[in-house]
Amino acid sequence: MTAYIIRRLLIAIIILFIVTLIVFFSIRLLPGDPLVIFLGQQATQGGVSTAELDRLREEYGLNDPIMVQYGNWIWGILHGDLGKSIYYHEDVGILMGERFPITLHLGLLAFIINIVIGVLMGLAAAIRRGTWIDAVTTTLANVGICIPVFWLAILMIYFFGLQLGWLPIYGYTSPFKDFWLNTQQVIMPVFCMAITMMATTARLARSSMLEVTRQDYIRTAWSKGLRERSVIMRHALKNGLIPVITLLGIGLGMVFAGSVLVETIFAIPGIGRLLVTSIFAQDYVVIQSGTLVIAMIIILSNLLVDISYGWLDPRIRFG
Amino acid sequence: MAELLQVNNLVTQFKTESGLVKAVDGVSYYIDEQEIVGLVGESGCGKSVSQLSVMQLISAPGEIAGGEVIFEGRNLLQYEANGPEMRSVRGAKIAMIFQEPMTSLNPVLTIGQQLTEMLQLHIKMDGDTARKRAIELMSMVGISGAENRIDDYPHHFSGGMRQRVMIAMGLSCNPKILIADEPTTALDVTTQAQLLELMKDMVQRFRTSLVIVTHNLGVVARYAQRIYIMYAGRIVESGTTKDIFANPRHPYTMGLLKCIPRLDEEEGTKLVPIEGLPPNLINMPPTCAFLPRCSYRLEKCAKEPWPPLTPVNGNHYIRCYADTKEKSK
Amino acid sequence: MTEKNTIAEEFQEAPPRVSEWRRFWRVFLQRRIVIFGMVVLLILVIIAIFANFLAPYDPYRGEMEDSLQQPNSTYWLGTDIQGRDTLSRLIFGTRTALMVGFVTVGIAAVIGVTLGLIAGYFGGIPSMIIMRIMDALMGFPMLILAMLFAAVLGGGIQNVIIALSIATLPAYARVMNGLTLSIRENDYIMAEQAMGSSNIRIMLGHILPNAIPPTIVLITLQLGGIIMAEAALSFLGIGIKPPGAAWGAMVNDGYRYLSQNPVLSFAPGIAIMLVVFAFNMVGDGLRDALDPRLRGIL
Repeated sequence: MTAYIIRRLLIAIIILFIVTLIVFFSIRLLPGDPLVIFLGQQATQGGVSTAELDRLREEYGLNDPIMVQYGNWIWGILHGDLGKSIYYHEDVGILMGERFPITLHLGLLAFIINIVIGVLMGLAAAIRRGTWIDAVTTTLANVGICIPVFWLAILMIYFFGLQLGWLPIYGYTSPFKDFWLNTQQVIMPVFCMAITMMATTARLARSSMLEVTRQDYIRTAWSKGLRERSVIMRHALKNGLIPVITLLGIGLGMVFAGSVLVETIFAIPGIGRLLVTSIFAQDYVVIQSGTLVIAMIIILSNLLVDISYGWLDPRIRFG
Repeated sequence: MAELLQVNNLVTQFKTESGLVKAVDGVSYYIDEQEIVGLVGESGCGKSVSQLSVMQLISAPGEIAGGEVIFEGRNLLQYEANGPEMRSVRGAKIAMIFQEPMTSLNPVLTIGQQLTEMLQLHIKMDGDTARKRAIELMSMVGISGAENRIDDYPHHFSGGMRQRVMIAMGLSCNPKILIADEPTTALDVTTQAQLLELMKDMVQRFRTSLVIVTHNLGVVARYAQRIYIMYAGRIVESGTTKDIFANPRHPYTMGLLKCIPRLDEEEGTKLVPIEGLPPNLINMPPTCAFLPRCSYRLEKCAKEPWPPLTPVNGNHYIRCYADTKEKSK
Repeated sequence: MTEKNTIAEEFQEAPPRVSEWRRFWRVFLQRRIVIFGMVVLLILVIIAIFANFLAPYDPYRGEMEDSLQQPNSTYWLGTDIQGRDTLSRLIFGTRTALMVGFVTVGIAAVIGVTLGLIAGYFGGIPSMIIMRIMDALMGFPMLILAMLFAAVLGGGIQNVIIALSIATLPAYARVMNGLTLSIRENDYIMAEQAMGSSNIRIMLGHILPNAIPPTIVLITLQLGGIIMAEAALSFLGIGIKPPGAAWGAMVNDGYRYLSQNPVLSFAPGIAIMLVVFAFNMVGDGLRDALDPRLRGIL
């Protein structure tokens, strides 16, 4: 088991390293003056004097050879310095720190709903295979993965916000300040984020359980005279849910992708929205560091998922 | 002595894309107390399916389409497959062990857990007693250091060891009948021998009847008291082991015995394979399934449906129109 | 005693061979939903090809005085703020969506499969490098990776295709890598090598053909996701911008006027759903027909 963990850890580190390369160099792939790229509009519009440009060039280290720039950036990251946003004129670390809990809040809620409902749906479909329960949940899941998140959000805003006036259609107040308002604000975005995840989870849970119930050891369990509840809960479930754990990794990715769309539509100041505004503002510092942080989180969580996968499977845990 | 288990005209079929497959087509047999019975046939003849049907472990696209399984005075087939009556029989009165030891045990539960759950379920033992009994059982089947190994997982055991565990599991609740479905096919020859001896010992000790399902005539020759030979979903010959080996009467059995080398034959005697191929079970005609490969066939065989089992000599039955006594090929 | 069987009679006992094609079609068309998906796809492809003839108006230009009309007899789905006919834009949007989808998977499949083949066959360092890069790419949520590249390259249909191709090719590489690894273990590969066949010959002749069924299935299953991602990008304004006819952009446009003319946003969303659903169902059907064993993997 230790060897397993160490190997996974090493691979994760290598992957992280490659991620930094991808993020860093893809931005610098753009042709042209890096200063222009970095400072975007302001530099070209001539609102800045040449001397000022030179000074900025120095300040942002754009005169250094590219590998040095890369090195400095990595060095900074390792010390918690993610750079200074061009648009917001603030430390990127602080910017992200403010927004992170909000995205986390939404994501966590979406995640819980996803797991609970998705797994139950998938289980129900597998255990009652061929019945109407199976047909209904499978259809729901199949349709669910086709629904564009942003479109659903707009749909919900139209009906619950504009037409019925039940829920606020934008904004986010801290739950500590006004819990009830926060709850109302959060219902629609969370649901939108959760729906694709739920559908995917349901499909995976179903196919995984179906696969398990075909196994020989399930037949052995039945031949021992166990009742259905025991066969499912003791024998099938544990085996069937192991692959679902991998969904935790994918789910996190969906949370971030969903947050980009949902936070933009509902005007929620989270990480996703930060990324989008930075793209439009051509704030490459934020884009660079922000993308890196997101990728890091996902890779680390995948690592944790891998490790727990190994822990749950006795064949790996006990060698 | 009344029979322990009586199977009458069991029919189990599978609906496939290409047609209806009658894997078991009117099989009747019986098992007495404390005897070892062999069920022999080639792959696809329906022997495994027949036993799974007795336990009602058949699932879609298969279904049990007819017949009775009389056990302890009741027809088991009248009960729901996973209902309380069948469940009280499975494991407790009739137990089964399977061919593949590698996949028949749950990889995420310990051996101990898998042994004790039966004891707790059927005999209502509490946790500690069940555990002690499980350790006893493991020792009985020849697993040394059982106390330490009881909390191990299946992947810590070799194939032979796992089969021993399966045997322990099968006998743990003192069933009347233990069905062993090709128990040693997946193991090497030495382990096979050990395991069969073990099974014989154990069923004698527990006074359980044993049904050995196999394609290996050698296995039944040594251990079984009575044999049923199956072909294409039906029993074609039945009798005591001695009788069948000394005087095989059905053309199929005779063909089988000519294929295997025997110590009492002259040196240089050739092995004679059975001509032809196993039948396609889809939409079988009512005539004898062995017809295309039979060297004893009569005009009658192509016209009339398969004959019922008729006695040729006391307890020795065959399903054949031809008089096979005269021809010794 | 009758004569022995003739060889012909003997062989009549063997099970009949159903031709592979017939079996494929029978399994593929087994479920109604798959047929439905195929029909929808066919219709959409026809719409995309013949958009010029089917669309009643010019999708890119509109009459200002006709702006923001409700669905009526002239403009069946109404118009947007610029007076452009929604229906025409929807029709041309089909072309955009399908084009982005097919070109992207084409590029992604070719590059991805090649990389996976090389990595799986040669193993060692090339495999490590290639597969770790693939892992790194897959570490990003597809949308965010596509956003990164689309932002860097700029908007427009070409760059969207490039961005999405980069984001989706790792999946092909991974599947191909796994497949190559398992096929490589087969004895007949060793036999080929012993005969002196060149690596290229083995890769192209023996391993690649096995890749075709799973790759096809992967393509159909991914097409839905790609079209959704393109729609998301266009919605955000990073992808295809108006006057280009892209469904995502249409949803975004309509958002501002939601209270006045909700159809502007609703209609393109339904189109997206339909396309993705059709592709997914056809993908499922293909997978079941080609090799149900893939059900666990794909």
